[in-house]
Amino acid sequence: MGYVWQLWADGPTILIALFEGALLAAVLALMAAGLSLVFGVMRVVNVAHGEFYMLGAVAAWFIASQIGGSPAVSFVAALIVAPLLVGALAAMIDITVIKKVNYDPERTIVATIGLLYIIQQGTLMGFGAVPRAVEPPFDHRIAIPWWEKVDGVWEMYWPWGLSISTYKVFVIVAAIVIISALRYAMTHSKAGLIMRATQLDSETAQAFGIPVGRVYAGVFGVGCGLAALAGVLILPIQQAHYLMGGEALLSSFIVVIIGGLGSFGGTIIAAIIIGMTDSILTIFFSPIIAKIVATLLVALVLVFKPTGLFGTKRQ
Amino acid sequence: MTKLITPDTSLKTPTRRAALKGLGAAATLPLWARYAQAQTSEPIKLGFQMHATGIGAAYGRWYDRTSRAAVAKINASGGINGREVELITEDDGTDPARGAEALEKFANQHGCDAAFGTLFSHVVIGSAPRAGELKLPYYVVSEGHHVASGILNRYTLQPGITDVRSQIQAMAPFVAENLGKKVTMIYPDFAFGYDHRDYFSEAIVAQGGEMAATIAIPPTETSFTRYFSQIPRDTEVLYHVMVGPAVLTFVKELGEFFGGRGPEMIGFIDSLEAVDLASPGLEFLEGSHFWEGNPRYAQENQSEYDVAYRAAVGVDNNGASLTDPSDVSTYAHMFGCWETLHIMCDAMVASGYRGPQDRAAMIEATEAMTTMDHSMAHPQGPKLFNGKTHQTFGQQYITKVEDGRLNLVHTTSIEDGLYDDPVDYTTQSF
Repeated sequence: MGYVWQLWADGPTILIALFEGALLAAVLALMAAGLSLVFGVMRVVNVAHGEFYMLGAVAAWFIASQIGGSPAVSFVAALIVAPLLVGALAAMIDITVIKKVNYDPERTIVATIGLLYIIQQGTLMGFGAVPRAVEPPFDHRIAIPWWEKVDGVWEMYWPWGLSISTYKVFVIVAAIVIISALRYAMTHSKAGLIMRATQLDSETAQAFGIPVGRVYAGVFGVGCGLAALAGVLILPIQQAHYLMGGEALLSSFIVVIIGGLGSFGGTIIAAIIIGMTDSILTIFFSPIIAKIVATLLVALVLVFKPTGLFGTKRQ
Repeated sequence: MTKLITPDTSLKTPTRRAALKGLGAAATLPLWARYAQAQTSEPIKLGFQMHATGIGAAYGRWYDRTSRAAVAKINASGGINGREVELITEDDGTDPARGAEALEKFANQHGCDAAFGTLFSHVVIGSAPRAGELKLPYYVVSEGHHVASGILNRYTLQPGITDVRSQIQAMAPFVAENLGKKVTMIYPDFAFGYDHRDYFSEAIVAQGGEMAATIAIPPTETSFTRYFSQIPRDTEVLYHVMVGPAVLTFVKELGEFFGGRGPEMIGFIDSLEAVDLASPGLEFLEGSHFWEGNPRYAQENQSEYDVAYRAAVGVDNNGASLTDPSDVSTYAHMFGCWETLHIMCDAMVASGYRGPQDRAAMIEATEAMTTMDHSMAHPQGPKLFNGKTHQTFGQQYITKVEDGRLNLVHTTSIEDGLYDDPVDYTTQSF
């Protein structure tokens, strides 16, 4: 019985952890979906993925600060334009760099490591080392009460921090909508069919007249655009900074390895697992424990199910 | 590189005409003309280990501006022993390994006479052993207790800024008497934060108070709400100190977390350095207190030295850049570079410094220093330097947020921050 009471008393903390975990999961799912898509279709491990996330945030800050005016207008503009810009840049990089190394797995890793540094240091030179903040287009906080038994009488109180931020809810909903739309497009549209055909067997697809080169450029653009979108969405909560891509890349890799590289559904489920456990372990133990558990999970998955929880062996 | 006669162009955008005029003036005045009395006209090279990139970049930017202003002032009054001072800047990426590399470059590649300027404690701790091996005088501006604690070496000194242990010891009585006795502390998870945790816990217990909780946050963290949920409900005072690129997010989330119903707050200004107090979301700080090494806003009792120092480094009465009011300085810390450079200058003069063979003499001359009066060389306030621990002691300032500015409410005395010597570096050989 004592445990139940303790759990009840910790209720506000657990709810905060779950809410923050959901936010983290939403951003991770977007990031990792992009990484997984690129690997699934192109078999390219994009080590520079985190930098496109950073570029999204930086581009959004730039666009929002250029437009000025009401935060709503400038943010919506940034939300649309920044991922498109970053996606276009990524498609160009695919044509000029990744295609040139023939999508060879080892060489693309080295090439994208190089890209990581070029993008990061290029941003440092152009944008500077100062973190930049953007106003959320809207943000209301709805406080949530809790109850406790004081001298045998239930009393309501307002725990610190137990509130719902409407902008954070928006980010979570936006991530769900975008991922569902992507999933639908993959399974129901012609573009999705072409992508899946390329994924299954690029040579046969080519033989059937699918312009594989252009599909690859498009997929790389969309994948990196998703990372950029995650960067834009997180910008009003955090700040744009040239080093923000590192941590994001690591978390995305953890998610896709656990979920199964190339498995869309697995990536989403793994993002939720990692987001929630990270948040809960950070609150109740420490951020180091959270990192240890996540990395341990990766190790266990690699040992016992190298294709990831939901990945399948490639034919 | 600091130019000798041309105006300091880093602080205001020069017009092309002004730049040409400066160059013209410089061209008509040969270098030897000003330093003719020196035995050698070679400049004295001071290596500035700068956090140009990495998590300390905001500090690096302002440490750079302050250092260049100080060197310009020193050169304008004849340099050191009749020689021009030249600043050699190396980026350490706010990284200990690169910090040590920067010192190697200063000593072996640039031929620097001494090095200075490091803020982040992990970089100091990572670099200091290399300074000892290179026998390069290393004057840090870091606030950490690591110098006085005795873990470093005779070549590492901190004469221009007080250390965390002393700061906390001086301000803890104010917290216990005015804000509350049950304190929760949020601190960054590295050496500098541990100084806060250890010495404040000790100091508040000495004041009859207690720690409700201590919460460590990695300085690279970008999201903070989940840490705040560990703050116990019976906390009377929240003591916050945070560093890193996300400090604005940190304070904003702190405000959102409490929603106007929080405990009393006292923060080390580190949580807000280089952050505009008028940023949206920071309104909740009204009425809360801050420790400041040097008050960011010009106070009613502002000294003539502070007026002149602000003008020299290009900072207005709100602690922001004269050319860009949104570019807020790290005012509570950067005076340390100014004062350190003046102390290095004094030590070189006192020891008759000629070249690297006199490095030991320069350190001995610094160790011999004691009182430093409130002056143009020490605009933050008077200091008392302890040659044995290589650490300076000075006044601390506690300010309160009123009408969106930080107003001085309490100044501690030098004696409030004194403690017994943990080490005597003068017994170590060079």
